[in-house]
Amino acid sequence: MTVTVDAVEPVRHRAGVLDKARDILPKVVLAPSFALILFFVYGFILWTLYLSFTNSRILPVYELVGFGAYVNLWSQPNWYVALQNLAIFGSLYIFFCIAIGLTLAILLDQRIRGEGVLRPIFLYPMALSFVVTGTAWKWFLNPGLGLQRTMQQWGWESFRFDWLTSTDMAIYTVVIAGVWQASGFVMAMFLAGLRGIDSEIIKAAEIDGASTFSIYRRIIIPLLRPAFLSAVIVLAHMAIKSYDLVIALTGGGPGNATELPSTFMYSYTFTRSQMAVGSASAVMMLMGISAIIIPYLYSELRERER
Amino acid sequence: MSAAATSVSPGSARFARYFIYATLVIFALIYLLPLFVMIITSLKPLDEIRSGNMLALPQAPSLDAWFKAWGTACVGVNCTGISGYFWNSIKMVIPAVAISTILGALNGYVLTKWRFPGHKLVFGMMLFACFIPFQAVLIPMARVLGEIGLSNTTAGLVLVHVVYGLGFTTLFFRNYYEAFPDELIKAAQMDGAGFFKIFWRILLPSSGPIIVVTVIYQFTNIWNDFLFGVSFASGGGAPMTVALNNLVSSSTGVKEYNVDMAAAMFAALPTLIVYVVAGRYFVRGLMAGAVKG
Repeated sequence: MTVTVDAVEPVRHRAGVLDKARDILPKVVLAPSFALILFFVYGFILWTLYLSFTNSRILPVYELVGFGAYVNLWSQPNWYVALQNLAIFGSLYIFFCIAIGLTLAILLDQRIRGEGVLRPIFLYPMALSFVVTGTAWKWFLNPGLGLQRTMQQWGWESFRFDWLTSTDMAIYTVVIAGVWQASGFVMAMFLAGLRGIDSEIIKAAEIDGASTFSIYRRIIIPLLRPAFLSAVIVLAHMAIKSYDLVIALTGGGPGNATELPSTFMYSYTFTRSQMAVGSASAVMMLMGISAIIIPYLYSELRERER
Repeated sequence: MSAAATSVSPGSARFARYFIYATLVIFALIYLLPLFVMIITSLKPLDEIRSGNMLALPQAPSLDAWFKAWGTACVGVNCTGISGYFWNSIKMVIPAVAISTILGALNGYVLTKWRFPGHKLVFGMMLFACFIPFQAVLIPMARVLGEIGLSNTTAGLVLVHVVYGLGFTTLFFRNYYEAFPDELIKAAQMDGAGFFKIFWRILLPSSGPIIVVTVIYQFTNIWNDFLFGVSFASGGGAPMTVALNNLVSSSTGVKEYNVDMAAAMFAALPTLIVYVVAGRYFVRGLMAGAVKG
């Protein structure tokens, strides 16, 4: 080792400039990516924020007019419909994904034969595009030709399932398709959590005579807390961003029955020529996501530190 | 173990096993059902779809709807099928995945092995960029793409996907390289190896798994994207997902469900094939993107 060091030292002294170049090189390599992120993410966010304080309609204008767009936004009945739908969709989506995901993970963790076949089946919808999912479920739930008619043909004459075309129920079809797509992912998260639990703890509880049910309730599920947290954060973030699924499944309809903040933003900006209101709604979405993600990222990055 | 064995009678234990298997199998069938219905619908002629049962197998399976979806179905006013849009997606996804993966690898390398003051802030800012709602950048992006003449082009979409994929690719490689022993890097430096030589000779040869994970994650995300496609390239340069939505939601003429489903299968197959071939890596990418631990 000393030989190598001796050999390197004199070179270092001679090539001070080269040395500096060597120090700068990593930053030069990182700089383009960071510049792209600064401009296209943070610069654009500020740009959108700026537009939300203007009077922009079909094209951006850069004269500041204060909070008009926000006042306008919060007086749109459509915006309240979008928020209410997000609350319904988000809470049911998170709840059912976690309930089904956890159930499947626990069942799969019982030394199941054929786990290698079953697990990929639960997870494959996650590989599909939301547009494909929406298209498939739109057909499957089509009252005229889909599930409803199939059940009626099988003799259940009174079977009704016309949620897709019902103003009150359409948002629940978005929940069904969304849960179908993401619950397998949640299962994988819980399964990873379950596999990480020390089996000694469970053996000790078994020896103490605890029933399987109480082992799960008292020991295993509390130990899955990090997986719960991750699942809730990831799902909440996906719910707020949901756009493609609604567009493909219901197109935001019938009427505005399945409007979400994401579809609201798009239609106000690009089809209704209310760019300032669209920007204001985008800022609202960003604030919602930031409130969830920033504390999470902060704690994750700090945890890695320790 | 004996305590557990005596507390539960063999009969009820066997019943519990049956119950577990039955539940899992029923769930598996429910998960497979939409895909099954998509496939059989795409193989039926239209009158059989209208008169028959959705779940009935096709009486005479035919690929007519697949050929029609590929070559002659009308997307908007163009009746040239979805093939052109499929190639748009291919032309978009290959460069976007390659560039974002290479940049992510280099970024991860710098952020773990060549740390500088403020490296955590830089990483944190890149990481947060993964999670923003893209609605917050749509309007400026549309303006900029228009200014530089990349609206409705594949090149424009490549740029967009590289920019908004960088955070994830950097995250993947950073977390992977963090576990790589620093001693090996130091030893190579002692031997006079420079920045790129260390990367090329030492890190890259052991990066196989994380490259596969990143490529699959990016491929799936970019292929499946709809929002950017519909916002920045909704015309002839549209990617597959946008074309599919236009095809399915167009209201002119007779509704051809079999063609819709065949087109949906074309949109689904690339990512499904990747999933079947390399599912393990797909799951790893999902987990790494979700649990940043």
